[in-house]
Amino acid sequence: MIYSASPFAIVVFIMFVLTVLGLSFYFARQTGSSKGYYTAGGTISWPVNGIAFAGDYLSAASFLGICGMIATAGYDGFLYSIGYLAGWVVALFVVAEPMKRLGKYTFTDALDSKFKSRGIQLAAGISSIVVSVFYLIPQMVGAGALVTPLLGLPHYVGVLMVGSIVIVIVATAGMKSTTYVQFLKGGLLIIFSTILVFSIVGKGLSKKPSDDYHNFQRLEAEIKNGAVELSDSSYAVSAVKSSAGIDFVKTEKNGTARWWQVKKEGSGIFLLECLSKTKKGDGTVLYNGEPKEAGKFFSVGHLSSIKVDGREIDKTGRLGPFSFFSTIKESTIVRFPQTVIEDGRDRVYVWYQKETDGSRVLRPGLKFKIDKGSSVTSKLNFVSLMLSLFFGTAALPHVLIRYYTVPSPADARKSTIVAIGAIGLFYVLTLYMGIGAMVNGVLDVESSNMAAPLLAKTFGVFLFAVISAIAFATVLGTVSGLIVAASGAVAHDLMTNFMGIKMSDAGKVKAGKISAVVVGGIAILLGILFKGMNVSFLVGLAFAIAASANLPAIIMILFWKKTTAKGVASSVVTGMVASLGIILLSPSMYAKYGLNPADAIFPIDNPGIISIPLSFIVLIAVSLMTQKKEAPKAS
Amino acid sequence: MDHGPAIQYGPDNAAGYKTRLGLILFFVYALVYGVFVLINTVNPVLMEKEMMGGLNLAIVYGFGLIIFAILLGIIYNIFCTKKEKELNSANEGGDK
Repeated sequence: MIYSASPFAIVVFIMFVLTVLGLSFYFARQTGSSKGYYTAGGTISWPVNGIAFAGDYLSAASFLGICGMIATAGYDGFLYSIGYLAGWVVALFVVAEPMKRLGKYTFTDALDSKFKSRGIQLAAGISSIVVSVFYLIPQMVGAGALVTPLLGLPHYVGVLMVGSIVIVIVATAGMKSTTYVQFLKGGLLIIFSTILVFSIVGKGLSKKPSDDYHNFQRLEAEIKNGAVELSDSSYAVSAVKSSAGIDFVKTEKNGTARWWQVKKEGSGIFLLECLSKTKKGDGTVLYNGEPKEAGKFFSVGHLSSIKVDGREIDKTGRLGPFSFFSTIKESTIVRFPQTVIEDGRDRVYVWYQKETDGSRVLRPGLKFKIDKGSSVTSKLNFVSLMLSLFFGTAALPHVLIRYYTVPSPADARKSTIVAIGAIGLFYVLTLYMGIGAMVNGVLDVESSNMAAPLLAKTFGVFLFAVISAIAFATVLGTVSGLIVAASGAVAHDLMTNFMGIKMSDAGKVKAGKISAVVVGGIAILLGILFKGMNVSFLVGLAFAIAASANLPAIIMILFWKKTTAKGVASSVVTGMVASLGIILLSPSMYAKYGLNPADAIFPIDNPGIISIPLSFIVLIAVSLMTQKKEAPKAS
Repeated sequence: MDHGPAIQYGPDNAAGYKTRLGLILFFVYALVYGVFVLINTVNPVLMEKEMMGGLNLAIVYGFGLIIFAILLGIIYNIFCTKKEKELNSANEGGDK
């Protein structure tokens, strides 16, 4: 799609960035000590911390990734919402108060509080960095995806901007400014997402989502002597190809090539217009046969039939929160799946129209292979993802460090409940926003990540500008938290504790700030390299690493008295290496390397179902083997 | 070594009660979540079944899991706060 910058959106965006930077410089004067830098001095009240939790957690993956995934794969995207929220139950009931009691600045402190073990400090410190960096990648990818429609700038500029602003936020005032940026962003995200959902439901459903929605053409055709002939003689058939079990026809008209899908009707055929992106042998790229600037690459997503009480209608008018879904369930949605065609030296990406029953969209199975055509492996892959989401939240370093910003364990508990309420409300809204984007003709087939902001654009520039600015703030808030967590792991866990470098309190703050700059730089590089990947998928992997490396150690320290330092360190290393190894050798990563996914060494993308139990087993086995050698044990 | 709790809190006499209650609620929620994942894995077509207000089982169960988590959290806090007041009132340095 071609995006044009909106001046109003730019103004809102600049105002937001200036506010955030102003907050950071204001709090910088109050952040002189390491306690102030890493934990905001433990002075944040629980309601503010709860909303800041939401601001921290509702990342680009939640807002951009989940909405985008629901917009393209229906209910399957919402399964991420459910898993992400369910993980907070583990955080509240099992982890919140003990972590607050045991820790000081980082989650490594809590793991190591009873043992004083350099092995734990090293393993947990590295684990925090790895998880934070894996979580950072999708946030930076999301930032790049946002600035293109908002400011009309290329992807890498967005990544550079977010990276630079966040480095300033973290390096000036650490956790204090990060907390208030997250509080502001969390509150605004929930308020304006609610407004957007009211707008979606209030607008209702229509077969023509907007006046400027592209009218996809249908060409009458027949097969004569084995060749396709068109009734409109201005088009000439230049190729017929098959892909994904579907026949496609390439036509030429006035020197422009277009791709069409062959559809059967009775004993005859007709052609339906597709979207195409052609990478030509000479390196040029054409969109629907023309340069991108021609603006012939359209946004998509509409309903081909709407039924209410069994009657076919063209539009519904205002709907309610329940009738929105019940009407979708009875209607037919036109989705645009992608397939690839090799056309001589050209590689053609074709997005074709696929009518899908609304009832099918509102239940699982469009993305995850758990329905027809599924295998034991594909079902295990799904279970593994849901397991990782459930156990991952309570093991994310940037979530865990927020327990140290409140005054007491009871405040940690209360702020978690506020977080669950705020995050739960937002996740309910994601299903409305995702399905709304699916049927309102706003989807960019090249990137699902922009579904929610582009949906807001259909309700006017104001909502688009505010939602885009909030989406950008979403990235800022989460990245800030991640960089605080990663810089804490580098400066506090590794430099101060593991390496034993003696530093004054001011020196510790300085080390944290320098670490933040370095981690921010790495995040910028990775954000540029991973352009185009769905951000929610990438976050799912970060959850798997956290759940495998960190959670078994946290749980066993709290509930198994025979846990030893060597057991904890071995478990963290095993979980991290196993989950990373499975991810790197998975089908999705093979596709990223340009290899055949079917050749992947591990047949599943989500490692949790193997790496989480493995991490537990290693902890138990090593602890039992090192019982007599070590003291003290966990109490 | 530069680690360990930043603040030494007073003894929390309600800690055992809170841990037990937390584990019970965790297992209750894990069971409900596990059944949800099981249905999705084994029989996803069942999720099309219409439940209430024209909504299917997938939406009712999905929204239900989110609302259930919020309700359990509120219940947990009510019981924990009550127990803390009851058992920690003598500890001036205890949790507030």
